[in-house]
Amino acid sequence: MYHMTSMTDPHRGQFRLSMLFNDTRYRSLTYQAIAAIVLALAIWYLGNNLLQNLRTAGLNISFGFLGDPAGYDISQRLVEYDSQSSHSRAAIVGILNTLLVSFLACVTATIFGVVAGVLRLSNNWLVSKLMSVYVEIFRNIPVLIWIIIIFTIMTAVMPAPRAFRGDTPEATMLLDMFAFTNRGVYTPGPYFTSPFFANPFLNWVLVLAVLAGSLFATRRVAHWATGVQEQSGVRPTTWYFTLGLWVVPVGLLLLVMGLAWEIPELKGFNFKGGIKVGGALIALWFALSIYTGAFIAENVRAGIQAISKGQTEAAGALGLRPRRTMNLVVLPQALRVIIPPLISHYLNITKNSSLAIAVGYADVTATLGGITLNQTGRAIECVLLLMAFYLTISLLISVGMNFYNKSVKLKER
Amino acid sequence: MADLSFVRSEMLPERAPPATEVGIVKWLRTNLFSTWPNALLTIAAFYVIYLVLAGVLPWLFGGVWTTSSLSECREVLQGDVGGCFSVLTERWNQLIYGFKYPTELYWRPNLALVLLAFAAAPVLFFDLPRKLLLFTAIYPFIAYWLVWGGPIGVPVTAFVGILGAYLVFERFSASNFALGALGGVAAAFVLWFIGGYLVDMMASENPLLTPVASRDLGGFMLNLMLGVTCVSLSIPLGIALALGRQSSMPLIKGVCVIFIEFIRGVPLITLLFVASVMLAYFFPPDATVDLFLRVVIMITLFSSAYIAEVIRGGLAALPKGQYEAADSLGLDYPQAMRFIILPQALKISIPGIVNVAVGLFKDTTLVSVISMFDLVGMIRGPILASQEWNGVYWELLGFAALLFFVVCYGISQYSQWLERRLRTDHR
Repeated sequence: MYHMTSMTDPHRGQFRLSMLFNDTRYRSLTYQAIAAIVLALAIWYLGNNLLQNLRTAGLNISFGFLGDPAGYDISQRLVEYDSQSSHSRAAIVGILNTLLVSFLACVTATIFGVVAGVLRLSNNWLVSKLMSVYVEIFRNIPVLIWIIIIFTIMTAVMPAPRAFRGDTPEATMLLDMFAFTNRGVYTPGPYFTSPFFANPFLNWVLVLAVLAGSLFATRRVAHWATGVQEQSGVRPTTWYFTLGLWVVPVGLLLLVMGLAWEIPELKGFNFKGGIKVGGALIALWFALSIYTGAFIAENVRAGIQAISKGQTEAAGALGLRPRRTMNLVVLPQALRVIIPPLISHYLNITKNSSLAIAVGYADVTATLGGITLNQTGRAIECVLLLMAFYLTISLLISVGMNFYNKSVKLKER
Repeated sequence: MADLSFVRSEMLPERAPPATEVGIVKWLRTNLFSTWPNALLTIAAFYVIYLVLAGVLPWLFGGVWTTSSLSECREVLQGDVGGCFSVLTERWNQLIYGFKYPTELYWRPNLALVLLAFAAAPVLFFDLPRKLLLFTAIYPFIAYWLVWGGPIGVPVTAFVGILGAYLVFERFSASNFALGALGGVAAAFVLWFIGGYLVDMMASENPLLTPVASRDLGGFMLNLMLGVTCVSLSIPLGIALALGRQSSMPLIKGVCVIFIEFIRGVPLITLLFVASVMLAYFFPPDATVDLFLRVVIMITLFSSAYIAEVIRGGLAALPKGQYEAADSLGLDYPQAMRFIILPQALKISIPGIVNVAVGLFKDTTLVSVISMFDLVGMIRGPILASQEWNGVYWELLGFAALLFFVVCYGISQYSQWLERRLRTDHR
């Protein structure tokens, strides 16, 4: 018999209703249609409730309140702001404060995490155990409690400014430059004396530009050194050259601008001059870094341990010394494992910085989502704007992360 | 001539190894003092430990446990170093139950906690008899009734609805999964609808258990309740979202992706703001959904997005052969997922799910920001603001930290044990 019926031949009979569920040609469409209907009903139901509730409360959705004067003060700010500024200005102050504390905490958390993660792999038993204790203690206690603990240290344990007064004061300034008080930490602040460079903002831009130039120049030097190495096999010593490129131009520029430091001084009831860093900022910064540092330490340890021992042994067989093995073989591979979770921890820091509201640091959650929301009663608008801000940040970071992941992806045959 | 040759006929006794190569000396040399930098590091570490212990131990052991205010405590201490732990004994009930839960009803949450141990045991340890899962199934309703009290009809109706849904699902799902699922949901709603009328009709003036309002819950009890409820609700939701994200249907996949990425992109605080100031606008005008329920909804949505990502990782880690093997056996999608894919994917995901659960439990402290009086809210609000205990920071914050540490560390140790237990490959 050569006649065979094909199993895969579609059923050509009359269309029946049950085929909507049983026939693979229609099933996925049916399910999606049901899902679309359910979704539309849910949105209609919620939207209808919203409109009805807004009508009974006599409210409408409008963002006009952003232009009204905010009427509250923010002590910790990076841009000009006073109580007559608008709500949107207050939100911008908050956004900058969020970015400030997140950036600071990301830097220090990375330092804590890398140090603790590497020390945890130390062959010194006591040190590695101490680091495990650090990691376990900080990972298992809520970050909110850490923020409150450190904030309490900053406000309840530090001496009041008047403790620095008198011939035999109870408290003294560290190195005669830093004052740790319960109102915040006062540090020396830089200013420029040269009359030709009167605008401090432009001056800092100029400094950054010179630093960028230094970066470019040092990369050229490194490129040149690699070229020489490939030609002759010997890498020329460049470190003093690189160091000079970094230090000399910026040093000269600052000298010309007449950089000087203003030391905080006790005047009246408080310190004046220099830079004041509020206790809330320090509490948030330190708590976020030490808490996230514990998580990063685990990633660093896992990343280093993920590199198989054969790699180290192979590097040894090629005659590389331990330091060069670490720098040239282990770390480049470990970073591939470490960096993606590291970036998501940076994202966590940014999101956790919203806990600022618990200690009164004026981040965007405390200004836009806190005082502005309470004063204007525009709950829906404020919360939506707040979410939009955090979403933007996290989307930007994840775009960056995807870009990084693509660039370090293992190039296999 | 005398024979001078000599052959030793017995073994020499073994000599003891050098003192530097055995026992504690050897251990110290290899582990603490192997090189000069290492020795310095060890001494520095010992110094740090000394500093910490010298600060903490006198405070801990010189503590006072029986006074009724900070000033009394200072009198007893007379300038000596010591903690005022009497705040813990005097305010114990507030720390654990909040300041509004009726004192004479404390036995109810206590009993619920004890029963929780029995309900959770068969889920956590699979060696226990499977029949115990029946108790786990009815536990949520018992716990609800114990904590909130009120007419017994409410939890009974809820239970009957779920039971009816389960029976309908069992009856139809073998032939058609979608029919079973939809029928189950429909059955539940019908039963709840009928039950709602019956409960209203039969509601008596004096229910067996005095009702307690949600806003009266507080203290560590609130943290535990939020943690347990939200974790257990968000695991099924997370599985559904993960499967949805893997789906080949563009609409379902799109909805799941948008939901997950949105939730993961915003901080929990903003979602709690939604719960406290915004969510009420989305309910029907005459409905009063209390804050506890709104917070449970938002935290559950929050953690389900994270759990979905963990499970998606587990699904992606399964070799493609498993999916193909299920297809070649002729299993349809629900069967393949239930019998082949999910058991393996969930096993891989356990450490991640536990991490999310620990993180979620820690995050329940955030409700203090929207003025709910959980453990942290109680400490910062009523207790530290009271005249008697204004200024007792370290005892209270240390106690809170200790409670959370014990629970979270316990959960992570359990997860490590479970991972070893479930390891089926031979190493």
